[in-house]
Amino acid sequence: MYKRPNLYTSYESETQILPTWTQKALMAFFIVQLFLLPFSIPVFNDDIPGLSWLPLIGDGLPLFRFLGDGEWIRATTKVLMLIIAAHGLNLLSGVAGQVSLGHAFFMGVGACTATYLGSASGSTTWGHSLPIWVWLPGAGVAAALIGILVSPVAVKLRGLYLAIVTLGLVFLGIHLGNTTWGAKIAGPPALGRKAPELDIRLWKEEDPLINMSDDGRWLWFDIAEEGKRYLLYLVLAIGFTLLAKNLIRTRTGRAWQAIRDRDIAAEVMGIAEFRYKVQAFAISSFFAGVAGALFVGLSGQTLATDFGLFLSVEFIAILLIGGAGTTSGAIVGAFLVYMMPKFVEEATKWLSDQESGVTGVVGDTILTEGDDLGFINTSTVTPGWTLSVFDWNIVLFGVLIIVFLIFEPLGMYGIWVKIRNYWKRWPFSY
Amino acid sequence: MNNFLLKLRKEPALMFLFGIMVPITIFLIMQLFNDPEIFFATWMRSLGMGSTYAIVALGFVLIFKATQTINFAQGALAVSGALFLSFAVADDHIPFTTIDNPINSLPGPDWFHWGVSLVLAMVFAAILGLVIERLTIRPMVGQPLFSVAVITLGLEIALRVFNNDTVKVEFRNVKVPWGIDGFQVGKETINYSIIAAMVTAAIAFVAVFIFYRSRLGIAMRAVAFDQEAAMAQGINVGRVFAIAWAAGAVLAMIGGVFATQPPVKQSLAVDNETANIAFRALPAVILGGLDSATGALLGGLIVGAAEIFAGQYAAGEIDILGAGYPVIVPYVVMMIGLLVRPYGLFGTPEIRRV
Repeated sequence: MYKRPNLYTSYESETQILPTWTQKALMAFFIVQLFLLPFSIPVFNDDIPGLSWLPLIGDGLPLFRFLGDGEWIRATTKVLMLIIAAHGLNLLSGVAGQVSLGHAFFMGVGACTATYLGSASGSTTWGHSLPIWVWLPGAGVAAALIGILVSPVAVKLRGLYLAIVTLGLVFLGIHLGNTTWGAKIAGPPALGRKAPELDIRLWKEEDPLINMSDDGRWLWFDIAEEGKRYLLYLVLAIGFTLLAKNLIRTRTGRAWQAIRDRDIAAEVMGIAEFRYKVQAFAISSFFAGVAGALFVGLSGQTLATDFGLFLSVEFIAILLIGGAGTTSGAIVGAFLVYMMPKFVEEATKWLSDQESGVTGVVGDTILTEGDDLGFINTSTVTPGWTLSVFDWNIVLFGVLIIVFLIFEPLGMYGIWVKIRNYWKRWPFSY
Repeated sequence: MNNFLLKLRKEPALMFLFGIMVPITIFLIMQLFNDPEIFFATWMRSLGMGSTYAIVALGFVLIFKATQTINFAQGALAVSGALFLSFAVADDHIPFTTIDNPINSLPGPDWFHWGVSLVLAMVFAAILGLVIERLTIRPMVGQPLFSVAVITLGLEIALRVFNNDTVKVEFRNVKVPWGIDGFQVGKETINYSIIAAMVTAAIAFVAVFIFYRSRLGIAMRAVAFDQEAAMAQGINVGRVFAIAWAAGAVLAMIGGVFATQPPVKQSLAVDNETANIAFRALPAVILGGLDSATGALLGGLIVGAAEIFAGQYAAGEIDILGAGYPVIVPYVVMMIGLLVRPYGLFGTPEIRRV
């Protein structure tokens, strides 16, 4: 009977984020690992004498080049940004049940506000060069205000009608970036402009407190620029995750869940439906706005067309693949959706370098330069009938959405629950 | 009149709509007297645009009627269908082979070849619709409706990659028999493709209304009304799904063909942007009501007219509105429309129970 799933003996134990000491220790270990990730830890390096026989370290499989590698740190940083935005959509769609295809629009609002506040003004663009502690919250607040502005229409609508209206917002947003005054904020169409810098300053002084765009010493560590950005994003992601988790497990979250499950019943029980729906839109947009500002801060470029329908669908996919309505689902989903294509690309690159052996034969079979039977095109020049690995990744993304929805509607969270319950009741079948 | 004013005062959204419509109508009447030729040409183009939207919207409505979800993959289906037609009518060989295209060796004039190709392309589009329905939609019977909608989004993304891959290799023309020609009204040219779109839309709607009266059509309406009850009455829900998807894919294909013609586009070729016709037609469906064929027709015409007239008469304000503003006019019209009627003009309001 000890610690069976869904058996709680007190209110505190039910609302705890991590109910058992094992989980607490594991999570602490995991978070320490996350913080150590950007530092090149000698134990894992390939130039250790005596450990060079291990095939997977060094130039081995992509996963093990992770530590200290700038390219992978940058990808992980992007995942952290996606996690923040995914939490926002999770609160709105997963917890409050208001389906939104317009998450990219709110991210775009955040990105444009951040650029307007944080970037330097030019001959054709507006800007105020304010420090990060102004433009980052500013982006969130601006997006939240737009969210509140939209919500009276959105609250009136339900289900697919709401999805289409929010989809309309995305198209509207991209078009606004095309207008003359929109181009002054978001930069010329299809060119974009320089995004605000992530450097931490007190105000507009010359040398920042922490310079995010060069390698070097930071406090008492040697760290690359990617590492600094990663740590900043990690702290923010952890903060927003805690915020999302606490919103879900307290009064607001319970009200949202009641509205999601049956809105009229919730209203009968005394939940102010309108107020909580507007709140959901505002908070979700706040998350999205901050994530949008971090998006452009990371890529270094503000471009209105980045915040299109595809990004919105990406978040829907993150939610569904991770498991809608769960905080851990948003995290796992974001990691999977963004990292899977990277791994596929790396694996393809690795395969194409193999000359002999089993992997060489496999590489010869599935990779092609255009003529033979392979289905992944590795040539960079001619677009033949076969698709490149990037195109296959988009197909894989679409197929993943379909496969998860058909076979595991609860996403990775559902798979985890199944595995956990199997071992909890083992050796009995139920 | 008194009653109407009272209603206006009670509903701010209606007052807002009224406030917009009155100046626009006055402006348009002024334009009519200002230059009747341009006004007539704009009117014809708006009808062509509206008909194209209505055809695509009808595909949405048919699939919604059966499966209760929006098919976001309609754009990809439209491009696939147009590509099938292009393969049949414009290629010397059967794709991926060196066998000669049998349609080219048929006797008869060019328009006959095109007709045969069209029928062939319709068959292929229907098969594509059936396969997609069988593989991805059928397993989802009884699942949450939004999940099914997201599945179609995934389909759109995956199919679009293959479509774009096909398009980027060569210039794909659908070689319509009426070409780019048109007749003259004063200085303005009115393309025959506009007339063709209007005729096609009329045929499609008559066909759908006849279909609704048939045994299968009644079965579809029963499924739309209550899936479980229909099942209990012995209606084969799976078959209804399949037929709706086949018909929806064919309608999407026809919409895709017209999406390459004026007034939607001047280039006459299928390209990466042809798939956007579905997203541009979505406001028509929403405005008309998701489950109403009449709504699709009317919504398509309203949205098309708004887009073309705004493109014609607001072009002076392009500095404020931004280049390419007509494309988002349908969405603005849709949002205003939804403020007034949350379920569209002819949509059935969802009955909510505790």
